[in-house]
Amino acid sequence: MNEAISRRKFICIAAGCAAAVATGCSDLTHTSWFRNNFRDMSPEELSSIIADLEKKHSATFGKTVTVGNEPPLPGVHFAYALDISRCVGCRRCVHGCVEENNQSRDPEIQWIRVLEMDQEKGIDFHHANPYYDPELVPQEGHFYLPVACQQCKNPACVKSCPVGATWREDDGITVIDYDWCLGCRCCLSACPYGARRFNWGEPGLSVEQMNPKTHYLGNRPRMKGVAEKCTFCIQRVRNGQYPKCVEICPTGSRKFGNLLDPESEIRYILKNKRVVVLKNELNTDPQFFYFFG
Amino acid sequence: MTQRRQNPRGVFHFVIPLIILLGMAASPVAVLSASDEHDPPPQRASRAADIPVDSLVFETPPPPFRDPDLFPCSECHNEDQPPNPERRILEEMHEEIVLRHDEEHRWCLDCHDAENRDNLRLANGTLIPFEKSYQLCGQCHGNKYRDWRAGVHGRRSGDWNGDKQYLLCVHCHYSHEPRFQPIAPKPAPLPPGEIK
Repeated sequence: MNEAISRRKFICIAAGCAAAVATGCSDLTHTSWFRNNFRDMSPEELSSIIADLEKKHSATFGKTVTVGNEPPLPGVHFAYALDISRCVGCRRCVHGCVEENNQSRDPEIQWIRVLEMDQEKGIDFHHANPYYDPELVPQEGHFYLPVACQQCKNPACVKSCPVGATWREDDGITVIDYDWCLGCRCCLSACPYGARRFNWGEPGLSVEQMNPKTHYLGNRPRMKGVAEKCTFCIQRVRNGQYPKCVEICPTGSRKFGNLLDPESEIRYILKNKRVVVLKNELNTDPQFFYFFG
Repeated sequence: MTQRRQNPRGVFHFVIPLIILLGMAASPVAVLSASDEHDPPPQRASRAADIPVDSLVFETPPPPFRDPDLFPCSECHNEDQPPNPERRILEEMHEEIVLRHDEEHRWCLDCHDAENRDNLRLANGTLIPFEKSYQLCGQCHGNKYRDWRAGVHGRRSGDWNGDKQYLLCVHCHYSHEPRFQPIAPKPAPLPPGEIK
C-alpha cells in the first residue's frame, strides 16, 4: 500500500482531532467518528470498531465485555408465540429481559410491557392496565397480554427511520445500529405496538448489573439519545439458545423457534392452535403470535 | 345430467367405505393373531410400554418430592404394613395431603401402586417410576401430553435448535392439587410521570 497519507484520510483525521478537541472527549478515535453504517462496514472496519467497543466497555464495567456480531443463520426465520391462556402476568419476563439486555435501570427502561385486560372486554388496548400491582396474580376476571417488539415482516419503524439506522435482518429480527441512530424518535411514533424505547437520559447501568455477553446489534450498552427495543435476545438466539424471556417464564407461555423448520414448536402452534396477531389490519405482518393453548 | 354424474360417485360412495371398513376389521385380527403365534398371551402390564411414543425418554430434573426423606416409600410400605385397599380419608399418615384432583372419582391407589409404592401405576397396571410420571398424567390429559411432548405445553430451556430441558408435569402442577398456584408479580413499571 501507498505509505503516503491520502488527502481524504488527512481531512478525516484532522476533522476528527478538531472535533475531539472541540468536544473535550479524549477517547474519540478515528473509527468512532468516521465509521460507516453497520451494513456498509468492511470486515476490517467492523472488527476494529468492535475491538474499540470491547476495550471501552471492559474498562467502564471492570469486566471482560464481549461484543459479538454473529450473522443471521442460513435457513432460519425466527418467530415467537405466546400462550395468552397461560400467562399469569407475573412480569418475570420483563425483569429477566432487563437483566439480560442491559437496559437502563435509572431512568427505567423495559422492553416488555404486560397489559392486564378484562376478560369481559377481550383484547382491548383502551382499557388495558400496565401498572397493576396486586399481591398475587392472576387476578380473577383478568387476563394478561405481554407486548414487546412484534418483529414485523413489514415494519413501520424501519420505513420511518430517516437515516437507515434500523433494518430487518435476514433471520427476521429488526435491529438498530445505535451509533447510527439520530435520536429523532420517528420509529417510536411509527410503531403501532409502542414497542420502542428511548434513552432520554444517560443510561444507568451498574457494574454488577451489566451482562458482559453482548451483541453489536443487541444488548451492548446504549448511550443517551438512541432508540432501543427487543431483538429476540439476538446475542442468545444466534448462538442457538432460547431468548431469556422464554427460559424465565414460570408458566411456559412463551415459545420460540424457527418458522422454516417444520418440526419446530412454532410450526406446531401455527398448525394446531388458534392464533392471533395484534393489529392485523395494519398490514405490519407481525412474527409474534398469540395463541390459546 | 345430474343423474348421470351422480351415478359413478354413488358407486364410489359405497365401495370405498366398504374397503375401509374391511381393512379396519381385518387389521386388529391380523395383529392379534400375529401376537398369538409368537408371544405368550400379552400381559396387561406391558401394553402401554409398547406404544412407541411412551418409549421416548425425556430428560427431566428429578421429581420434586415435597418431603424427600419419605422416599423410597417402601421403607414404610413393606411387608410389615399390608396395603389397605379401602377408599378413605387418611388420618394416621399423609394427612396433610388433601386431594383436589377429581377427588370425587379418584383416590391414592388410582395412581400409586398398592403393592409397590416406589412406583406409580398406569390404569392398565403398568408400573412406571416417578421420573416418568408424565405417562400417568397423559392418560387423562392426552391433549396436554401431546403438546408437552412437542415442547408447546410447559417450560423449556436450552437451545431452540438443539438440546432442550423439559420439566415434569409435577414441577408446575402439584399432583394432588394441580391448579397452577397464584404467584406474586414483580414490580410494576413506573408511570411516565415518575421517570426522572
